[in-house]
Amino acid sequence: MSTLTYAVSDSATMVRRNFRQALRYPGTMIMSLAMPVLLLLLFVGVFGGALGMSARGDYIDYVVPGILLMTVGYGATVTALAVNRDMTEGIIARFRTMAIFRVSVLVGHVVGALVRTLTSAVLVVGVALLLGFRPAGGPGGVIAAFGVIALLALALTWLAVAIGLLAKNAEGANLFILVVQVLPFLSSAFVPPDSMSGAVRWFAENEPFTPVIDTVRGLMLGTPVGSSGLIAVAWCVGFALAGYFWARALFRRDPVR
Amino acid sequence: MNRAETVVNSLARTLGEVVATGATPDEGRDVTTTPSRPAVVATGLRKSFGDHVVLDGIDLSVAEGTVFALLGPNGAGKTTAVRILSTLIGADGGDVQVAGHDLATDADGIRAAIGVTGQFSAVDNLLTGQENLILMADLLHFGRAEGRRRAAELLGKFDLVDAAGKLVSTYSGGMRRRLDLAMTLVGDARVIFLDEPTTGLDPRSRHTMWRIIRELVAGGVTVFLTTQYLDEADELAGRIAVLDHGTLVAQGTPDELKRRIPGGHVRLHFADIAGLDAAARALGEVTRDDTALTLQVPSDGGVRSLRALLDRLEDASIEVGELSVHTPDLDDVFFALTGHPTTEKETVR
Repeated sequence: MSTLTYAVSDSATMVRRNFRQALRYPGTMIMSLAMPVLLLLLFVGVFGGALGMSARGDYIDYVVPGILLMTVGYGATVTALAVNRDMTEGIIARFRTMAIFRVSVLVGHVVGALVRTLTSAVLVVGVALLLGFRPAGGPGGVIAAFGVIALLALALTWLAVAIGLLAKNAEGANLFILVVQVLPFLSSAFVPPDSMSGAVRWFAENEPFTPVIDTVRGLMLGTPVGSSGLIAVAWCVGFALAGYFWARALFRRDPVR
Repeated sequence: MNRAETVVNSLARTLGEVVATGATPDEGRDVTTTPSRPAVVATGLRKSFGDHVVLDGIDLSVAEGTVFALLGPNGAGKTTAVRILSTLIGADGGDVQVAGHDLATDADGIRAAIGVTGQFSAVDNLLTGQENLILMADLLHFGRAEGRRRAAELLGKFDLVDAAGKLVSTYSGGMRRRLDLAMTLVGDARVIFLDEPTTGLDPRSRHTMWRIIRELVAGGVTVFLTTQYLDEADELAGRIAVLDHGTLVAQGTPDELKRRIPGGHVRLHFADIAGLDAAARALGEVTRDDTALTLQVPSDGGVRSLRALLDRLEDASIEVGELSVHTPDLDDVFFALTGHPTTEKETVR
């Protein structure tokens, strides 16, 4: 077998390890899948009435893309904590003394996280449809939007893996959790930035989540995407690559224990 | 004499001391020290963590197919040495070759040839015992059938068949240790590193571990182990290196180490006080214990001096009940070499 087939085979083994562990704790799994659906119900049921006053059609159409963004952010925090916990397992030291494709340990986490996050996103859209979400972009638009969501998930997951490796303990990963869970609020995810004040508005218009959310919303609702699409893809690819190389470098460091 | 020997044997074994049975104490050990291609070579190995020097330039060489014990108290640098030799962490200086591969240029070559069981169990708690073993087989790129076969074989060998389908997080300490070693043995490693393999094990599990180590070596594997148990190094290793504060203070066979220091003696036990008196007169410089009816005669424990001693007793027609040879144990060696004891234990002798 060549180096490439070893890399693929080892990564597949680590993905199996990840799934097997996840299936062993169905409670945790269901919890992390259901959380974004709860968020959706919360936003639509609680804030929807008040926020829906704006003359932008149904609030649910506006907010579903935002919830999907939260879904990705939430998935990333679960990943950061999972990687952080996994690194304290003795088996990681064993992996390091074996002639395996090293990054496969991380690839296992990334693939597991992507499957979990996208399943959760599908659940969110499913429940939203039941609640009256009518994406004007049609099935094609929704699928394209899922492509963007998947790319964002890839980017945030690799960053989450790096953070999980960097943090000395679960508490250390908290800053990241704060960032990925608060940034969507400071974007166009839940309310349009033009309703925000001065500096917050400038930040909301220029932070990476806004072009992503605008693209997802545009594709789903069939409104023009404009330059957001390209900017969103550029941010995602940039973060994914940065996250990958950062995580790889961190994993190559000498372990502390 | 045969019955006396048996008594001496069992008595001395409980005391954990070396017994003279007429054969050379070296028997069975020199075989393993015959020079052959070294499996592990380290030259000038150095490692510091910040200002703290953990390894201060150690040199060692382990012959293929032997057991090498790195002996030292907690904090001596044993684990750091194993972590470097097994490619887990980098060294600050020095050259290392393991199984013919250079650590600096071919760490993956080393990884493909070694197995490591560290001090902290390197098992996946969220998987079952069997899944852990199959995970190893998959990473070693054995086929599915071969992986399952090896897993089943090891589960049997390590007495884990009943626990095969249970999560490792429910395992006892001994079971985890056994699974850990079983995982190390899924591949056909030529050099196996065991960092304190019996620390925390009950006596029975400890003997099981010793048996497994002996079987490995019988199969041609080189075992590099660390231990803080002096009797363990004595029991298993062909060569011992004593590590203290990052420096090797001595290397040699267990018996070489023990002969290097004074304190060895032969203890003679007599049936009555008359025998004791006669022997004391015949032998001169002795320590006598009238209540226990024993004499302690200084001796290096070597065959020649034993024969001389027995000849003198024979010439004086003195009947000896029991005889045991007390070569200094490795605790004495450690004290003599480093000037401080390994532990705070009281010396009875």
